[in-house]
Amino acid sequence: MSLNASEIKVGDSYSELIVEDLTRTQIVQYAGASGDYNPVHSDEKFVTEVAGYPTVFAHGMLTMGMTGRMITNYVGDGRLTYYGVRFVNQVWPGDTLTARAEIAGIREEDGETLVDLTISTTNQDENFVLTGNATARTS
Amino acid sequence: MAVDHFPVEASHILMFARAIGDTNPIYHDESHAAGTEVGSIIAPPTFAQASAQFDPDYFLRPKAGQKWFGSGGTASGIIGGEKKEASNSEGEEKESGSAAGGLHAEQHFTYHRHLKPGDVLTAETKPGESWEKESKRAGVLKFSESITEYRDQSGKLVVTARGVGVVTEKVIEQ
Repeated sequence: MSLNASEIKVGDSYSELIVEDLTRTQIVQYAGASGDYNPVHSDEKFVTEVAGYPTVFAHGMLTMGMTGRMITNYVGDGRLTYYGVRFVNQVWPGDTLTARAEIAGIREEDGETLVDLTISTTNQDENFVLTGNATARTS
Repeated sequence: MAVDHFPVEASHILMFARAIGDTNPIYHDESHAAGTEVGSIIAPPTFAQASAQFDPDYFLRPKAGQKWFGSGGTASGIIGGEKKEASNSEGEEKESGSAAGGLHAEQHFTYHRHLKPGDVLTAETKPGESWEKESKRAGVLKFSESITEYRDQSGKLVVTARGVGVVTEKVIEQ
């Protein structure tokens, strides 16, 4: 599956619920897979008593990874040429996140049609946790 | 960071995809992948970050025989041993969150091609720019950028990553 350039237009959008009630266990699972064992993500004692946060929080890269799943479901596998984000708010256990892509531009480059996407992920309070951009090859 | 040997393996891709909740068969099912346009299992778009597993000096992984800054018998194996006031009196600022080595502010990947099992990568990281910004919720923010180039077994650039880290003056107000 990929986006067909003749069937899309600027302003089209796609969104997915990417996680419902994020668990501490999934954060631990991400730590193990990614190799980032920063105790702020899994160690309640450290994060509350030393780092000073109310509880553990998700790796930004977990939110970027889950948001990436929405993007690849939209643009197809192996189609991304760029994906970049800012982490604008922390993501906490219990959060429910929705990720959205909107077509910001469609352009030709080196004989290919590329689609530029504006990306955002919001939590259950409709606060942004991630904003960014992606570019994908269309067919 | 320098990573001399980052073997991209199917089992690692499977575990990484599970961790981000991605059940797409392109990340674990060889026979499915063979029939697709990409033709083989590939790695999810943020997988290059797992190169941390292969960085011998990566500071966010506990290492045998070395003290770890997370909790054991005390709240941190390195920083003090005393319990701080869990809730400060109103208006009083908590101490810096920088004990954790800062936070991730931005991450960008440019894909020259997508990673697949069998690739053996190297990664070289160079420092980029650094800058400061004032924030209402976290005091002075110190940003620093790093650029990592991932090359495959033939020396070809496959992924360029740009990360921005931030150290906050104080814990971010919630």
